[in-house]
This record gives sequence, structure tokens and C-alpha cells, in this order.
Amino acid sequence: MAEAFANELIKKENLVYEKTKVLTDKTLSYCPGCGHGTAHRIIMEVIDEMGVQSETIGIAPVGCSVLAYEFMNIDMQQAAHGRAPAIATALKRLMPKKYIFTYQGDGDLAAIGTAETIHACNRGEHFTIFFINNGIYGMTGGQMAPTTLPGMRTSTSPYGRDVQMMGNPLKITELVAQLPGAYYVTRQAVHTPSNVRKTKRAVRKAFELQQSAVGISLIEIVSNCNSGWKMTPRQANTWMEENMFPFYPLGDIKVDGELVKK
Amino acid sequence: MKELRLMKGNEAIAEAAIRAGADAYFGYPITPQSEVLEYLMSEKPHERTGMVVLQAESEIAAINMVYGGAAAGRRVMTSSSSPGISLKQEGISYLAGSQLPGLILNVTRGGPGLGTIQPSQADYFQATKGGGHGDYKLLVLAPSSVQEMADFAKLGFELAFKYRNPVMILSDGMIGQMMEKVEMFPQQARLTEEEIIKKYPWVTTGKTPDRERNIITSLILDPAEQERHNFRLQKKYKDMQENEVRFETFDCDDAEYLFVAFGSTARICQKSVQLARKKGIKVGLLRPITLFPFPSKIIEKLAHQVKGILSVEMNAGQMVEDVRLAVGGDIKVDHFGRMGGIIPMPDEIVTALKNKIIGG
Ligand SMILES: Cc1ncc(C[n+]2csc(CCOP(=O)(O)OP(=O)(O)O)c2C)c(N)n1
Ligand code: SF4
Repeated sequence: MAEAFANELIKKENLVYEKTKVLTDKTLSYCPGCGHGTAHRIIMEVIDEMGVQSETIGIAPVGCSVLAYEFMNIDMQQAAHGRAPAIATALKRLMPKKYIFTYQGDGDLAAIGTAETIHACNRGEHFTIFFINNGIYGMTGGQMAPTTLPGMRTSTSPYGRDVQMMGNPLKITELVAQLPGAYYVTRQAVHTPSNVRKTKRAVRKAFELQQSAVGISLIEIVSNCNSGWKMTPRQANTWMEENMFPFYPLGDIKVDGELVKK
Repeated sequence: MKELRLMKGNEAIAEAAIRAGADAYFGYPITPQSEVLEYLMSEKPHERTGMVVLQAESEIAAINMVYGGAAAGRRVMTSSSSPGISLKQEGISYLAGSQLPGLILNVTRGGPGLGTIQPSQADYFQATKGGGHGDYKLLVLAPSSVQEMADFAKLGFELAFKYRNPVMILSDGMIGQMMEKVEMFPQQARLTEEEIIKKYPWVTTGKTPDRERNIITSLILDPAEQERHNFRLQKKYKDMQENEVRFETFDCDDAEYLFVAFGSTARICQKSVQLARKKGIKVGLLRPITLFPFPSKIIEKLAHQVKGILSVEMNAGQMVEDVRLAVGGDIKVDHFGRMGGIIPMPDEIVTALKNKIIGG
């Protein structure tokens, strides 16, 4: 009965959505509900829509998305922890016509890789950085990240982040936006359909900018880590809206080389 | 017609890199090797050949830039001196693990720590035994003249791509800084992207419809697969040991004693051989040109001929361990070295031979 119904439905004329071929068929290794998978999909869809699969090279970080190359059906390199922007610098300078991006977590980009991030941005390299900010070290089991909120509990801040002792969270995206080499800096999310649409537009804009060689584009995606936060996916999304977004407000920070006035 | 130039070692290798068709150089200033970056910047190689030259924010960034370019099949070089080479070790291990070619020059200075800016050979262990984490080897070339600084840039790139493995040129502050006559080879064209893709099918230059995507990574989580990967790496190092050993001998035919020395120390030892022979001591010199693969077989052979071997190094005794392994214990092997940036004098080496090997 159910099978007959399914066969009835699965017809070409009923097709409304198809997984892009720029994603592989491999099952995602991310926890159910994690934003990494959605972020991957959006970026690969844009590459598909722009028809630039054969001209795009991605750099995977060390973090939960270390295996991004298993899912992204493009040429990819796996970087040492934090070093992706240095790798991308060389690639883009050697192949200026290609589309080059890094995909990095907050620990990768804003702790161990801070120097590589800031200097690539300051030099105005013409590639794109996708920065997945989930406020925690997902891969290693939920330790404190540079972006962990004040008071937030992690395995290395078990009583909550004490800013007197552990320092304040680093708003590296705002910091990078101050640099003359940064051309387009925006903060987005991927937990609702409308946010997905906005993020996708941002991804497309960033990729298109690469051909005009105007400077770096950085898209921060504030995301959840339900495993690290020890919440269900739904709780995590609510917690993200209530706690992460006030601290990391969504929206454009720098557009066409100009800081957006708030 | 021969093109003869008078150049510093650091300048010669920079010029040779351009001529060897290098696609990029990434570096960070440190004495005694800053002339490499300075020379390249002044030469405007982007105008000469299209070569990319960039001063990176650190040695860490520079070696990762090498990684990025190498993964796209480009001939990429970096250079530094001891403290900076220490910083590069993580990246070098990643290059080895991901099987990427790359050329790394160490114009060694005395250490440990910030040490001194004077010449040293104290990074022998670091260069030949791994340096970074994991089981890997670099192919290590040890120039002993400005000419070899130039020639090894070309050879280094060739070997790096032949084995898909990083190559290190282990020089020192003396070779880097001294000026000598050097014969420059003619400009070699850089490969086009089409040529690169044809020659090196593994490169990440963009997944075209005719092939699967290429992935450059050192991450293999499955232990059985990781072990297989390690076996493949070990096989490569064995191939290097069989095919790439390079050395030079001086006055070894009738030698009763032997100096083993590399780089600038080998040049000093040539003088020591002359001094000793004037005094009637029949000593020869073996100069390893590749430090890995180490010329063990020739040392083993000479060990049957001579009565004792002195390994002369500007360190506390590093290469001597490889000499001892090659000899196997039948004859006396000892070490003489100066440290901290002090260059040994030819006569003190002869005295050391007398005291440590002949008299001892
Ligand atoms: C040099 C080095 N130091 C530490 C680690 C261990 N490590 C792996 S992932 C990671 C943190 C990743 O966190 P993040 O970048 O926020 O990414 P997420 O997993 O949250 O997506 C750390 C510390 C490593 N692999 N290499
Ligand atoms: S640990 Fe966190 S970041 Fe990693 S996959 Fe799970 S939810 Fe996502």
C-alpha cells in the first residue's frame, strides 16, 4: 500500500528538489541536527548553480568538518589545524581565476589559526572564508572555544566561562571587518529556511566577488553544536537564538568594502 | 657560453630557483638567510617568469603556503634558518604525510633556542631523522659550495616531484653568506597548468568532468589503512636509499684514516687532509652529499680499508651516529666538533685525528 503510494509520488514531473551532484552520496558524519551539513549543502548548491565545480578548490580544516572532502564533490585539500588561510593564499595567488574557499570552525579560525586568518584578510587575498561559529570545540568533545559565551559551560569551563580568568569571547568577524583587505563580511545562520536563503545569497555574492579580485570575503555562520552543548537539536536552536544571536548579531558587517552602519 | 656570476650562496639559490622554473616562494626573514627573500623581491620574478613571491606572516604560514601550492602541482620553495625551521616542522610532517613535493632550505645557525646567527650543523638530526611528528623522512641535500646551492635548487625540485616528498637543502650560515663564483644554468620554462595536470594526475586544480575529485590529505583514520599508507611511505624511503645516494671522496685510494664531513665542514676537512698528508698521515675524506639517504655502503666499504674514522661536524656529534651504524663496530669511530657557531680550523681537526683516532 505504502509502496504503491510512494511509486505514485516518485515521478519526474513531481520533482521539486534534488540533492546537488556537487555533494557526494556519502552519509554525513555530523550529529543529527548539526548545522555543518546544511552549510555544506548551501555552498555546494551555489557552486552547482554557478557551474564552477571544475574551477573550485576547497580547504578543509581540523575540526568536525575535517572530512568535508568526503561530502563535497570538488577537489579539496586538508589543512593543518588553523592553517587553511595560508594554504588558500598560495592556491589563489597561483590560480587567480579559480574559486578558492576555506571552511573553518571557531577553534580553527579564531584560536590556533588567528594569525593566518588576520593576515590573509589584511592582505586582501581574493578567496572566501566560511567560518562556522558554534561556540565550542565540537570535534574534541566540547571544550571551550575562543567564541564560547560568558558563563557558558563546556568541558574545560565546567562552571561556566569566567571571563576574569579565561578572557572574553573573541568577535573575530568584527575584528576582521576593520581590515582594509576585507571586502565583504557578513554573519548568517542556517537553522531556518529563511536563514538558509539569506546565507545562500551571501555565499553566491562571495563567490562572485572572487572574480573581481577586490579582497577577501568572510561569511560567519552562527551554528549549533547540540552534542557539545548537550541539548537536543530543537533545544540547541532555541538556545542559539536566545543566547548566541544577541552576542553575535546576524547581518552584514561590511559590504563592498564599507562597514555597515548600525 | 657559460654564465659565470659572483654571488652569495643565498642569492645563488634564489636565482637558481627562478631559473629552475619555480612557481612560488614563501618565506619569513631570519638571519642568516634573509637574502633569499630579498634577492627574489628585488628580481621581480613575477615579471621574469610569473613566479609568485610573498613574505608570509610566519614560517608556519610560509610552509603551509608551500603545502597549498604543492597540492596544485606547483614547484614551491621556502627557506629559513634553524628557529624558523623548527616552526615549519608541523607543516613538513603534513607535506610528508600528504605526499607533497616541496623544497625547504635551512641555512642553519647555532642553537638551541635563539642561539646565534653564526653557522652550525646542529640541525642534522632534525633534518635526517624526521623533525616533525610521525614516521617520515626528508630527502636531504647538503651543499658545500655556492655552486651547489644553485644546482641543488634544480635537483631538489626534481627529486621532490620524483618521489612526491619534501626535499630539504641543509646548508649553513657559511655557505649561505659566502661569495663564490657560480655557473648559472639557463632559464627553464615554468610548466603550464595543462602540462602539470598531464604530468601529475593527483593535483587539486579543479575537478573536471573526466575524473573523480582529487583529495590531498594526511588523515587516514582506519589504522589498517594508515599502516598501509605508512608502508607505502617506507617503500619510498627505501627506493631513495637505493637510487639517490650521493657522495664525494677525496684522497681515499691509499687512505689509512678517514674524515667524514658534510657541507662547509667538508671544505675545511679538504685542507686538513692536505695538512695531515704533509705530516705523513694518509687520511682521506668522504663527503656525504645526501644526508638522507646516507651513504652507508661506501662508508662500510672504506671501513674495511682504514684504521679509524673521524666524523667532523659543527655540532656535538650527530652524523657520527650514522657513521657508526654504517661501520658496525670493527674500527674506531669518533667525533670532533665545534658548537655555538664556531667554525673548526683545519689544524685543530688534524690534531683531533691524532688524539682521538691515531693515538687513541
Ligand atoms: C595542532 C593541533 N592541536 C590540536 C588538535 C586537536 N583538535 C582537533 S579539532 C579541534 C578543535 C576544533 O574546534 P572547531 O574549530 O571549533 O571546530 P568544530 O569541531 O567545533 O566544528 C582541536 C583542538 C589538532 N588536531 N591539531
Ligand atoms: S559535535 Fe557538534 S559540531 Fe560536531 S557534528 Fe556534532 S553537533 Fe556538529
